[in-house]
Amino acid sequence: MLNVSIYRYNPEVDAEPYMQDFEFDAQGKDLMVLDVLEKLKIQDPSLVFRRSCREGVCGSDGVNISGKNGLACITPLSEAVKGNKLVIRPLPGLPVIRDLVIDMGQFYAQYEKIQPYIINNSPVPAIERLQSPEERAKLDGLYECILCACCSTACPSFWWNPEKFIGPSGLLQAYRFLADSRDTATEERLANLDDPFSVFRCHGIMNCVQVCPKGLNPTKAIGHIRNMLIRRAT
Amino acid sequence: MMAFFARFTFTGPSNWIIQRITAIVMAAYLFFIVGFLMTNPALTYDQWSALNSLLSMRIFTLVTIAAVAFHAWIGMRCVLSDYITVRLIGPKANGLRNVLQLGLGFIILLYLVWTIKILWGL
Repeated sequence: MLNVSIYRYNPEVDAEPYMQDFEFDAQGKDLMVLDVLEKLKIQDPSLVFRRSCREGVCGSDGVNISGKNGLACITPLSEAVKGNKLVIRPLPGLPVIRDLVIDMGQFYAQYEKIQPYIINNSPVPAIERLQSPEERAKLDGLYECILCACCSTACPSFWWNPEKFIGPSGLLQAYRFLADSRDTATEERLANLDDPFSVFRCHGIMNCVQVCPKGLNPTKAIGHIRNMLIRRAT
Repeated sequence: MMAFFARFTFTGPSNWIIQRITAIVMAAYLFFIVGFLMTNPALTYDQWSALNSLLSMRIFTLVTIAAVAFHAWIGMRCVLSDYITVRLIGPKANGLRNVLQLGLGFIILLYLVWTIKILWGL
């Protein structure tokens, strides 16, 4: 039997959060952590978590699994269980609404700040704005982000200054639009990021790279933005 | 005065560049001093005094201490604005952070003046 310890908190009932232990029989299968949560919810319907696509595409079920942020639906027990124990907590650093559900408002506020859409005020061409294969290739490793928040909530700089530091996810997206040949607002975007907090609070500890379930590299993207800001300033 | 110390900062890019340049200066000084000590194992007072009476060495030391000052100012402000925040310790954080920054600025200035005093024997 596997010992599963889950963070529980219902602000309407509980004075403070606590860890609840469950016994779980995986019957020798290498299930995904989400499967375990689904089965435990049958046992205790009051357990609350987010999930949707259950295949690592929607980014709903980001949780902290045995100390490492990840998507429950694509994290197998063989990776997550340590010493016959599985510990599941909400993503750290953001307010808990209930059990494993966090309030992502601050995360989305930072995403909104970087203007996550193409800005181009030139007249719209008859068919579409064309891009060469080389220009398109620059977006690889950037556009795949699903905004699950695993990276930003693994980042101490985001924990300490979530209102001021954009965070790895938002910055990865910021660079996705800075690198896009169809976008003409590079100067405006850089001006919005040019302060001691938005970008420069990244100290390159690479927690974001370690946890990204899509295998992306926000630290590298942040390095590109930093170089653009420094070139702009000098 | 307090507001000046609370606000005195550089932009993001200049902070970043200053931290790197000052780090290179400090590393160069460290390598030089360690190298000097290793190549002069039986160092006498006269040798050490002669080295430090060279104008170039005094300027090197002063530039290094100035680099430490800038590096510490930027680095410590960064640490203070991470940990002494309203989010972490409540509404008293802003006042406390300003006081700590003021103290930090005072200590840094004191070290700079003291360095000049030592180097030129004033």
